[in-house]
Amino acid sequence: MIDIQPEKLGELRQFITQFQGKPYFESNLIAVLHKAQALFGYLPREAMDTIAEAMNIPTAHIWGVATFYHYFNLKPIGKFVISVCLGTACYVKGAQEVLDTLRNELHIKVGETTPDMLFTLQEARCLGACGIAPVIMINDKIYGELNSKKVVDLINQMRKSAAKG
Amino acid sequence: MSQITIFINDKEYKVESGQTIMQTADHLGYHIPRLCYHPKLSIEGACRVCIVEVEGVRNFVASCAYPVRDGMKIRTNTKELRQTRRDIVELILDNHPEDCHTCERNYNCELQRLAYSMGIRRRHFTGEKKHYDKDLSSEAVIRDPNKCILCGRCVRMCSEIQKVHNLTQAHRGFKTVVMPAYNMPFKESVCTACGQCINVCPTAAFLERDYTQELFEALNDKSKIKVAQFAPSVRAAIGEAFNLEPGRNMEGELVAAFRKLGFDYVFDTQFAADLTIMEEASEFLERLQSGGKLPMITSCSSAWMKCMEQFYPDLIENVSTCRSPMSMAGSLIKSYFADKIGVDPDTIYSVATMCCTAKKYEAARPELVVDGRRGVDMVVTTREMAWMIKSAGIDFLNIEKEKPDSPLGMSSGAGAIFGTTGGVMEAAIRTAYELYTGETLVDIEVEAIRGLKGVKEGKLTMDGAEIRVAVAHGLGNACQLLDIVRKEPQRYHFIEIMGCPGGCVGGGGQPYASVNAIPLDENALQKRAQALYDLDRHKTIRRSHDNPDVQKLYREFLQRPLSPVSHKYLHTHYHAKTPRGIIPRVELK
Ligand code: SF4
Ligand code: SF4
Ligand code: SF4
Ligand code: FES
Repeated sequence: MIDIQPEKLGELRQFITQFQGKPYFESNLIAVLHKAQALFGYLPREAMDTIAEAMNIPTAHIWGVATFYHYFNLKPIGKFVISVCLGTACYVKGAQEVLDTLRNELHIKVGETTPDMLFTLQEARCLGACGIAPVIMINDKIYGELNSKKVVDLINQMRKSAAKG
Repeated sequence: MSQITIFINDKEYKVESGQTIMQTADHLGYHIPRLCYHPKLSIEGACRVCIVEVEGVRNFVASCAYPVRDGMKIRTNTKELRQTRRDIVELILDNHPEDCHTCERNYNCELQRLAYSMGIRRRHFTGEKKHYDKDLSSEAVIRDPNKCILCGRCVRMCSEIQKVHNLTQAHRGFKTVVMPAYNMPFKESVCTACGQCINVCPTAAFLERDYTQELFEALNDKSKIKVAQFAPSVRAAIGEAFNLEPGRNMEGELVAAFRKLGFDYVFDTQFAADLTIMEEASEFLERLQSGGKLPMITSCSSAWMKCMEQFYPDLIENVSTCRSPMSMAGSLIKSYFADKIGVDPDTIYSVATMCCTAKKYEAARPELVVDGRRGVDMVVTTREMAWMIKSAGIDFLNIEKEKPDSPLGMSSGAGAIFGTTGGVMEAAIRTAYELYTGETLVDIEVEAIRGLKGVKEGKLTMDGAEIRVAVAHGLGNACQLLDIVRKEPQRYHFIEIMGCPGGCVGGGGQPYASVNAIPLDENALQKRAQALYDLDRHKTIRRSHDNPDVQKLYREFLQRPLSPVSHKYLHTHYHAKTPRGIIPRVELK
């Protein structure tokens, strides 16, 4: 499990103080959630509890907002977030095979993260790179014209780079 | 506001401006179908069941959210409208379980009624159904997201009227689910167990935890002595579950029905209400005379009890240590009464029928255990008891009325009015005045604190001393009052809080609104309250301290109010609990 460093919660509290006393104080919730995600990589319950207390907003309301926007991660994510494009073009060109390979190689389902916190697997609608279908995106980078072998090679590369630190 | 002219279905009407089409149509006798709308809650405009046609406006408009204007031509019942509405409701049914015949809300379901009145007689599509786990963690309120149609009434009830803010519509689109923060189990959430979400839910997505099967089993257990008690407001409301008008007092029928169901002894929680007054009035006077913490706040509402521990731990010392009448009766049943009939208290099965879901939570509070045992083994709601009476084939409306048993059955008029907002305070005043001044209070009906105003204030003079009291019902109103108390601790001496709108008569376990009525209809709440005030007026004994059985109980067992024996059986304590509740300063959208 990920440790929630108290310093980071302190930083989050500090961040909130800049809005204190200003009109529509509560309307800064989204900005504050962004900050929390920047600090922790996702929205841990401890961060949402801290925000609730510091902003005097019920946790249920924060939870409603946090779950509404796909941008917010509710669970810790891996170092590499892999999005597999399942748009029509990719699908026709074998995206399912790519996805199945990733699932087998990483032993996780879509939406999950490997226990070593290296990889998170996601589905995506069209990533806008149909010309080089099938594609995946790892963090912000697109990889195209994939097949099973290329995918496995990519994963091994990532593993090596992570091991080097 | 001014007079304007509108046309509904080509008929001309003079109406007030500044209202919605739905409100106006209601006054004129057109009931536009609706689902997410509730007159006491903010307008969500989500379900679109209430659409009407307005000439000159391209799309159908949601009548619950659209204001009337001069010259407006409205149509409520065209072919296209009927078809579109029907499509909307069919879409809701599309991913709703087809469970009616095994569903708790069967015959009591707004969705069923709506589907029927739309003329939906067969299903055209069956879509993807939701599959979520039920939340059965709480002793009081359970949640079945599969039955939820996302009208949002519960969320608004919990945040706007109760100010508990336990619920939200999490996620989006097809995946939207009503849940507490972090999808926490109810038991671990800030839920006060008030059950008001159950009352406003049109379907079976929220229900009380049902103990009826276990109770039928216990009633058949020959080795147990089965003892019943029932709250004042149960008698004032249960008739509605048998299609009677609100406000019929069914006390005698209930006692008879309990005996027919197999209870060996039937006691009345109103007796314990008298006892509560003896203890609470004495506690108040002691605080007043010895400089104790004031204002003193009443403690008999279980939802308020939980709310206080999570939202107002700073006020714990202000709250009376008295148990609720139900719990006082419970501990006496397993001590004083067990002794009287010479049985081992563990052979007694003690069951309370309550207007309240939170009483299920209260009965399980470890703080209330005396000599290793619970005073109340099971709580069922008015709704559950109504069902049991029907299921057992008891002819409730025609049975001969009966009287409760001694020694915990006789009650004063003060005990009866406990079931309505202001009643506990009024009952306490009747007794406190006499204990303090030694004189009898002549004018015992305290009008200032009766009725459905959210926060009520009153004053009385006792031997020249001015005593200021306040009363709030519904946790949202309580929150307003307690804000004042936090700012001005000297302003009041004595405060009554009941967790539900209208007090216990509006409890989360009361019968569902009947056809064409709305949940928490003020008219119905008033009639239920009136039944209790009538009960009071028809009693010769109207002050708790005049109840001869209460006096006898003190002589034989408790000695005097606030004695060590009283403390053991009739009082309790509270702790700050987590998660801490948060009440926002502004309405969040
Ligand atoms: S909630 Fe209503 S419509 Fe749904 S299954 Fe139950 S009775 Fe039927
Ligand atoms: S029982 Fe009361 S406090 Fe709990 S969720 Fe329902 S309305 Fe809110
Ligand atoms: S639980 Fe009931 S009241 Fe709440 S949104 Fe669902 S259907 Fe509506
Ligand atoms: S009742 Fe008007 S939109 Fe739901």
